[in-house]
Amino acid sequence: MLDTRRIRPDFPILSQKENGQRLVYLDNAATSQKPQRVIDAIVHYYNFHNANVHRGAYTLAVEATEAYEAARTAVARFVNAWATEAVVFTRGTTESINLVAGSWGRANVKGGDSVVVTAMDHHSNIVPWQILCQEKGATLRMVEITRDGRIDLADFGRALEAGPKIVAFPYVSNSLGTVNPAAQLSKLAHAAGAVTVVDGAQSSPHLRVDVQVLDCDFYALSGHKMLGPMGSGALIAKPALLEAMPPYHGGGEMIERVWDDRSTWNKIPHKFEGGTPNVEAAVGLAAAILYLEQLGMDKVSAHEQELANLAIERLSQIEGITIYGPQGHRAGVVPFTYGDIHPHDLATILDKDGVCIRAGHHCTQPLMRRLGVAATARASFYIYNDVDDIDALVKAVRKAGELFGVPA
Amino acid sequence: MSDLGDLYQQVILDHNRNPRNFKRVDAANRSAEGHNPLCGDRIQLYVQLDGDTITDIGFQMPQGSGCAISKASASLMTEAVKGKPVTDAESMFRAFRDMLAGGANAPGKLAAFSGVRAFPSRIKCANLAWHALHAALQNSAQPVTTESAKDF
Repeated sequence: MLDTRRIRPDFPILSQKENGQRLVYLDNAATSQKPQRVIDAIVHYYNFHNANVHRGAYTLAVEATEAYEAARTAVARFVNAWATEAVVFTRGTTESINLVAGSWGRANVKGGDSVVVTAMDHHSNIVPWQILCQEKGATLRMVEITRDGRIDLADFGRALEAGPKIVAFPYVSNSLGTVNPAAQLSKLAHAAGAVTVVDGAQSSPHLRVDVQVLDCDFYALSGHKMLGPMGSGALIAKPALLEAMPPYHGGGEMIERVWDDRSTWNKIPHKFEGGTPNVEAAVGLAAAILYLEQLGMDKVSAHEQELANLAIERLSQIEGITIYGPQGHRAGVVPFTYGDIHPHDLATILDKDGVCIRAGHHCTQPLMRRLGVAATARASFYIYNDVDDIDALVKAVRKAGELFGVPA
Repeated sequence: MSDLGDLYQQVILDHNRNPRNFKRVDAANRSAEGHNPLCGDRIQLYVQLDGDTITDIGFQMPQGSGCAISKASASLMTEAVKGKPVTDAESMFRAFRDMLAGGANAPGKLAAFSGVRAFPSRIKCANLAWHALHAALQNSAQPVTTESAKDF
């Protein structure tokens, strides 16, 4: 496991109290906390390098541009992108997926076509495709999941028989922790003639990601879930696809020449980055990537896996607890319910002990319907969590059981 | 810092475990659906109005939907307004809403929810049933959601 005694002091917020208790932050699948180095990188950028990028002839503007483009290189390295220009900065996974739907999707999906998503997708990898399909008269096909919370490969195969234009799926499920066989899914989808869109919001913080090994066409990530600032994120795409795609947002920076009645477009990735970009977010994300690389992503994965296994083992000893998601290999996400205590009540009770968990549908309403629950409680782990945090979680859950009279 | 016991008072835990009027009212001539899209909670409320009087009232929540606060609030609300004129029910609705917004305690057992004030994330849970009742009494066909009413 990672040495959390050395990691925790890097995160100022963790020394804070929550309701007078030690802060036990277990909502990392929603957003991660930020190390001082990321906060410092943002402050440093504004203190010493702030200017608008890609246009100034003066030194400061050159420095800002260099910082911004260095961040792009860091993202490319982190996911082993095909090229640096394969990285388009966005506000996060949601905007990245909307970019693909709004640009590639609008240009290529026609009436009668189909788009495939899975029943474990986050709303951000469902709703943009619903909007596209409704606009185009295309069909959205949702692939079912198995009882143990994996993508049903037989149903995935059936969905591919229609020859979909786009196949979208999460690498890691935010609600179940399932790690999907992304390379295999991508290969199958390609054989059926589809382009693949991988929601990497939960995989990027937790796994060593290599988009060339996955051989997906589009990969979306959010910086704020991987120690970076909110509003940072990227779409990583095969450059040939980006070249052929129409722009997403019109504005400054994304153009080559502007005539009175028409324009020509800048090179990729700038074609997709209309307007002044969020340089602060890119710089912060680069610092976050460096922090994760220094820890080593394999060690990050192993740490979370160990915490998840321990949490599952300890929670399972409490009568009335149901754990959702696959047995064995999973990301550091542990969704559970406890007797007939509603997850919102659980979350309120845990909060009193300083334990922050998420309760609700986790932006996966189709999945909740299939699990047959209105909501679940979810504990999710990251690099600064340790065994003490699991002790606090289990203790607070037992307390909730006593308060609500669930038999122990 | 307020205590969990202020939020989960015995009367609330009791009504959560054994909700009163937890039924469909077949003779209902008013109904409303309440929905909290943030947590997925749903309530279906049935009201039987005889002239100006609420002669019967019941509510249902889909299996697993409804936290202790929203279920107990609905249960205590049905007890409070059953047999009462519409004007009394509407004034209880205002008193309840005002209590959660920081005002004086609502009358009778409804005061059990005064502890919710200290838990801002749970105020919508307590208000859901009351807004559904208000909609039903107004004969509004629109489902109530916690994200639409301005004063939730």
